[in-house]
Amino acid sequence: MADTGLEASWPLWEVFTQGAHGEPFAHAGSVHATDAELALQNARDVYARRGEAVNLWVVPATAITASAPSDAGPFFDPGNDKAYRHPQFYVAPRGVRIF
Amino acid sequence: MSDDTVVSNDATPTVFNPAGVRVPIIQNPLFEYLLRLGDDRLILGHRMSEWCGHGPILEEDIALSNIALDLIGHASSMLALAGTVEGQGRTEDALAYFREGVAFRNALIVELPNGDFAFTMMRQFLFDAYSVLLWDALSQAADARVAALAAKSLKEDKYHLRHSSEWVVRLGDGTDESHGRAQQALDALWRYTGELFDRDGVDDAVAVQGIVVDHAALYARWQGIVADVLRRATLVMPTDGAMRRGGRAGRHTEHLGHLLSVMQIVARSHPGAAW
Amino acid sequence: MDKTTSAPIDDLAHVAAFDARIAAGESIEPKDWMPERYRKQLTRMMSQHAHSEIVGMLPEGNWITRAPSLRRKLSLIAKVQDEAGHGLYIYCGTETLGVDRQELTEQLLDGRAKYSSIFNYPTLSWADMGVIGWLVDGAAIVNQTVLAKASYGPYARAMIRICKEENFHKRQGYEICTVLAKGTPAQKAMLQDAVNRFWWPSLAMFGPSDSNSPNSAELLKWRVKRKTNDELRQRFVNLTVPQAIALGITLPDPDLRHDEASGDWHFGEIDWAEFFEVIAGNGPCNRERLAARNKAHDEGKWVREAAAAHAAKHAGTPSSAAA
Repeated sequence: MADTGLEASWPLWEVFTQGAHGEPFAHAGSVHATDAELALQNARDVYARRGEAVNLWVVPATAITASAPSDAGPFFDPGNDKAYRHPQFYVAPRGVRIF
Repeated sequence: MSDDTVVSNDATPTVFNPAGVRVPIIQNPLFEYLLRLGDDRLILGHRMSEWCGHGPILEEDIALSNIALDLIGHASSMLALAGTVEGQGRTEDALAYFREGVAFRNALIVELPNGDFAFTMMRQFLFDAYSVLLWDALSQAADARVAALAAKSLKEDKYHLRHSSEWVVRLGDGTDESHGRAQQALDALWRYTGELFDRDGVDDAVAVQGIVVDHAALYARWQGIVADVLRRATLVMPTDGAMRRGGRAGRHTEHLGHLLSVMQIVARSHPGAAW
Repeated sequence: MDKTTSAPIDDLAHVAAFDARIAAGESIEPKDWMPERYRKQLTRMMSQHAHSEIVGMLPEGNWITRAPSLRRKLSLIAKVQDEAGHGLYIYCGTETLGVDRQELTEQLLDGRAKYSSIFNYPTLSWADMGVIGWLVDGAAIVNQTVLAKASYGPYARAMIRICKEENFHKRQGYEICTVLAKGTPAQKAMLQDAVNRFWWPSLAMFGPSDSNSPNSAELLKWRVKRKTNDELRQRFVNLTVPQAIALGITLPDPDLRHDEASGDWHFGEIDWAEFFEVIAGNGPCNRERLAARNKAHDEGKWVREAAAAHAAKHAGTPSSAAA
């Protein structure tokens, strides 16, 4: 059965759920939907029906920019020679509370 | 839309009401009332469950199943309470699986076959709008058990209403085909909506027990919700004509018998068995 | 999805790096370089799995309206709903490999794609609901627990989610069986009859011996498959026979015997001719399953179009929720 262009436009949305208030949102998976309202409802039914989420984000998959694997080196190299980014680099005088 | 002449079985004991009309004596009005609440949702939930595996898209299959589960869950709670109130040891299963069709107290609208997706969604929407308003009213009931069940069911029904109304809008304001199907569904269902707002002796009797629902107010608010969604859906609200009724007194359509044949067959084939 | 076009020498380097990542137990993610063959095999394996979940809704969906108690009705609807969800998770995972769900759906509907053989058998009594949960989900769990560590990230993550949900399915099934086994003579007979029909097809679910399975070696190398078909089948039998004994039913295998030395339950010969017939489309319900899926798809077309048309008309306006 040939599909019309109309029907083919059920685009992909990525779903992010927040497990409990205050926690970060995590990627849960995706759903297909024609608009944001349906995407939100579908996401809730698919990824949150067991009470796993208190909050949901849905984002059209096309809106997401991802790092490319070839970026891995320049983007994410932890740079173990950059100790100045870490608290342990700094010496606090004895007996003085910093916080 | 409600009148004082109530259809009754010939064997039911009767009495004259203050208006001089012969009406049945209602033995246990709270039991009758809970049956109505439970049967509406049992039958509607059963109809919804018929869509499992046959929905128009995978995501919607999951959504429809959710609604079916919620409704059957509500029904189970209502019927369990009904059995307790009746005081004859009937569980929710005994009530669901071992009553004849004429003993069911659901409104006619919920027993109609699903038809196409437009008919299913339109029926769901018209019922959801009523159910949300009803549960809202019943959350104030003097009977704490009823109030608690109402409050819980209200939460879930609000989500159903959101779902069904958004679909009515998308079908009404979608393609020419979907618009035509939605309007046709609305026109066919309208004559079944009046029954939802009927008031009879059972309602009067439970009002005395603190379960008070202002049917006229409910109806007005329901019309408001429906008008708003139909406007967004570019659909025409049908004019009121003769309303089909009888479900609250066990006078059902021919559809209910077939539905119950399927629903009850396994249980009835093994009377007394546990599952 | 990017396709790396590179000279053969680059390819060799890429392949070596890829093999090293696999050997190190790393997860391959959607945008990572992967051999075309890996992409193809994963797509085939994942889509078959997703199709199985969707078709699997039908034999059980067949008894929803006849479930004999409200509790069983609720459980069965929830189970079938979960299967829809599992299909959805895996379709979404498959889409990360560069294929559209539309395309996958078409492959299923016109008979090009395969799905698990077991779903081509009819469900003839309520007891089948118990037996399917116990044996078929039981077999799926043996397969799936291993897949949770598959090398392809999206597949492994989908499987972790699925395994969590799958536990309730098998327990539900076994509970139904237990109640029937302790029930009336008619219920016990119903259970035994269901087991007689589903035992051998459940064993065949694991697929033929790997020497007869063309894809196995590659999938094992790439950590997409972790155990052989025979190993998984034996594990399933060892787990299940004691459960059958506890139910007091007889498994339809006169050759079934316990080997003290290995601890394995040895079983009889599987009828592979029947299995291949079913895979080829000549099982009891193949045509009916595909017809049902095609009907749902065809009748749903105007609905999908309506939603898309509505979205196109209102693109750019903020979506407003009702009520």
